[in-house]
Amino acid sequence: MSLVLTEEQEMLRDAAHGFLERNAPVSALRKLRDENNPDGFSRDLWKEMAEMGWAGILVGETHGGADFGFVGAGVLAEEMGRTLTASPFLSTSILAATAFNKVANDAQKQENLPKIAGGEALYALAVDEARKHGPAKTAMQAEKHGNGFKLSGDKTFVADGHVADKIIVAARSAGSAGEQDGLTLFLVDAKAKGVSVERTQMVDSRNAARIRFDGVEATGEDVIGEVDGGYMALEGVLNAGRAGLSAEMSGSAQQAFAMTVTYLKERKQFGTEIGTFQALQHRAAHLYSEIELVKSAVLKALQELDANYGMAGPICSLAKAKAGEVAKLASQEAVQMHGGIGMTDEYDIGFFMKRIRVAQEMFGDGSFHADRLAQMRGY
Amino acid sequence: MSELETFRAEARQWLEENCPEEMRDGAAGEENICWGGRQWRFQSDAQKVWLERMAQKGWTVPAWPKEYGGGGLSKEEVKVLKEEMRKLKCRSPLESFGIWMLGPALLKYGTHEQKLHFLPPIARGEIRWCQGYSEPNAGSDLASLQCKCEDKDDHWLVNGQKVWTSYADKSDWIFVLVRTDPKATKHNGISFILIDMDQKGVSTKPIKLISGNSPFCETFFDDATAPKEHAPGVSAIVGEVNRGWDVAKYLLTHEREMISGGAGSVGNAMSSRGMGQVAADEVGREEGGRLADPLLRAKIAQAEVDGWAFLLTLERMKDEAKAGQGVGANSSMLKYYGTEYNKRRFEILMDMGGSEELEWEGERTADGKRARNWLRTKANSIEGGTSEVQLNIIAKRILELPGA
Repeated sequence: MSLVLTEEQEMLRDAAHGFLERNAPVSALRKLRDENNPDGFSRDLWKEMAEMGWAGILVGETHGGADFGFVGAGVLAEEMGRTLTASPFLSTSILAATAFNKVANDAQKQENLPKIAGGEALYALAVDEARKHGPAKTAMQAEKHGNGFKLSGDKTFVADGHVADKIIVAARSAGSAGEQDGLTLFLVDAKAKGVSVERTQMVDSRNAARIRFDGVEATGEDVIGEVDGGYMALEGVLNAGRAGLSAEMSGSAQQAFAMTVTYLKERKQFGTEIGTFQALQHRAAHLYSEIELVKSAVLKALQELDANYGMAGPICSLAKAKAGEVAKLASQEAVQMHGGIGMTDEYDIGFFMKRIRVAQEMFGDGSFHADRLAQMRGY
Repeated sequence: MSELETFRAEARQWLEENCPEEMRDGAAGEENICWGGRQWRFQSDAQKVWLERMAQKGWTVPAWPKEYGGGGLSKEEVKVLKEEMRKLKCRSPLESFGIWMLGPALLKYGTHEQKLHFLPPIARGEIRWCQGYSEPNAGSDLASLQCKCEDKDDHWLVNGQKVWTSYADKSDWIFVLVRTDPKATKHNGISFILIDMDQKGVSTKPIKLISGNSPFCETFFDDATAPKEHAPGVSAIVGEVNRGWDVAKYLLTHEREMISGGAGSVGNAMSSRGMGQVAADEVGREEGGRLADPLLRAKIAQAEVDGWAFLLTLERMKDEAKAGQGVGANSSMLKYYGTEYNKRRFEILMDMGGSEELEWEGERTADGKRARNWLRTKANSIEGGTSEVQLNIIAKRILELPGA
C-alpha cells in the first residue's frame, strides 16, 4: 500500500479543515475555558459533527456509520489537532467505537454503535489508576458476586469521563496488579449506583475525570469480550487511541510550527526579520524534518490498523513515541521563537503547548512506548 | 492476474534461473560491490556471469530506456524487480557513479547521441565514471569553483584541481564541473564536461582518511584535453556551455537522495537483528532479558524510534513523488536526517562495542571493521553538501525564510 492518502481521504481532510477553521478555531476553546463551560465542549458542534458522519467515522454502514476506517478517523483527529477542537471524538468515536467493533458481541454492537454514529450517547474509557500509564498495572477489583461482578476501585485521567453516559472500564477479575492475565472489560452506566465522577480540569482546558467505583454491580451482559482475557482486547483499543492521539498531535505540531514560521517572517529585531538569522533558520529546518517523520509514522500506524489490526501494536507505539516527543519539541520551539509574546495567555501558542503536554501523556508517553518497542524487539 | 503480477512471476522465474548461487548471499558490504570498468577484477566467475546476464537483460539499470541499455521498466515494475531480488537475496549486479549520477544527468540533459554513446557502456559495466565537483577552495561554496576550461576551437583545454573525487584512481572517465567563462557571475560561467582520464594531462592521488581507507582522491588536470566531439555528434559538454550549474544542481539533488537512501538500506539490513539485540549480546542481559545497561538501552530505543520513522519517511516521499520526478527540496531533508542518524547509530555501536571494537588491527575485529565504518560515517554529513548546507536549503526552499 502506498504511504499516501487516497483521493477520498484527501477530500475528507479538506472538508474537515474548512469546517473546523470556521466553526471550531482555537478561539472556541478559549471561550469554553473562559466561560467555564460545564461540558468543556460544544454539544451543538458535536451534533453537527455527527450529522457529517464524523461521530460514526469508524462505525459500519449497517449501524448507520460512515465506515471510513482508521485513516479517515486519523485525518479528522489531525485536523482537530490543528484547531485544538474540544470534542468527545477520541473517547466516543475512536476508543468506544473500536471497543464495540472489535471486542463486543452482536447485541452490544447493535445497542451501542448506532448511538455513537448518531451522536446520541457519549462514552469514556477508564484504564489508568496511577500517574503513569500502564494497563497491566490495573488493580481495580471485579469480584465475582452471584451471577455477576462487583466493581471496586479508582480510575484517573479518564478523558470525557465527566460527560460520558457509559464508561468502559478495565478491572481485575483474576490475578494481581502487574499481570496481563486476569483483566476484564465492563460497560458501566455512568449513573449506576456506586459510581462517583469528579471532573478534573486539566492544564489544556479540556476535561477528564477521576471516577470511583464503589461496589458497582455488573452482570455477564455488561462484559465486553472475554472474562479474564481482556488485556489484548484492551491493547487493541488503546492502540487505536494512541494512533488517534498521534494524529491529533501531528496536526497540533504542524500548526504550531506554521505559526512559528509565519512569525519568523514577520517579527523584526535588529532592523531585520528574525527569520534571517541562521541560528533560528537551522532550528526551524530541523523541526521541519522531525515533523515529516511524525507524518510518516502516523499515517503508517493508521493504515496498519485498517489493514492488520491485530499486528498494529509496534507501529502505534512508534507513532505515539515519535509524535509525542516531536510535538513537545514543536511547542517548546514555538514559545521560544515567539519570545515574550509566546508567554502571554492572549496569544494562542500556549494552548498548543498545553494540549500537547496532555495528549503526549495519555495512553503512554514517549518513554513508555520506546520501552515497549525495545521489549517487543527482544532487549 | 494483473500485468504487474505477471511481471513479478516472470521476473522471479528469470532470477531463479539466471542468478548464480554465489550471488544469492545478500552480501551488501562495500567489499562485495561490483563496480565494473576497464580496471575491474571480478571477485569470482559468478560475479562476472551475473553482471553479463543482468546487463544483457537491461536490468543493471532497469528503469532506463531499452535503446540506451536499460530494461525499459516502469517505476512499479522496478519496485517489483527489487522486491524479488531482495527475496532471493540476489546481490546487486553492478553499482557505479555512472548508474547513480551521470546516467540520470544524461537522461535529463543529454542529447540522443550522447545517451547512445555513453549510457550502454555504463549499463554493461565497461566504463567506470567518477565525479569532479569539489575543489580545495570550493567545498560548501561549490559554485565558486575555479578549474579552468578554455575553448581551443577543436578541443577543450582543462587546467586545475579537483578534490574528494571518489575512486578517481579506479575510474576511466570523469564528469567535471569547470569554469568556461571566468567573467560571468559565479553560477553562470560553469560547464559540465566529460573527460577521458586515459591521458597524460590527468593524474590522481588517493587521500588517506581517518578510517585508514582511501575512497577519495585528488585529481589534477594539467593541460588535459577533451575533443569538442567524442564521436560525430557527441558533444563533450552536457547541456549548454556555461549552463552546467543546472546539471550540477540536479545531480546534487539526486546524490542527496542516494546518500539518504543508503542510510535507509543500512537501517534495513539491521532491522532483522536490531541494534538492541546486538547490544544485548555484547553487553549482556539482566534477568528478564533486558539489556543490562539501562542508559544504553534507552539510547538505543530512542534511536530505533527515529530510525524506523525515518525509513517510513523515505518510503512516503518516494510514494508522494510523481512518477519520474524526484522528491525535490525534500532530498535535503532526507540527506540531513539520514546522515545525522547514521552517525548517531555508529556512535551507539561503538558505545556498545566497548574496548573490543577499538582493536584497529587483527582478526578479532576484522581489522577494526566497526571502528573504520564508524569513522567513515563522519563524512556522511559533509559529502554531498554538509548538514548545515542542507538546513540552509530547507530554510530557503521549503520554509521560504527571508534572507536564507
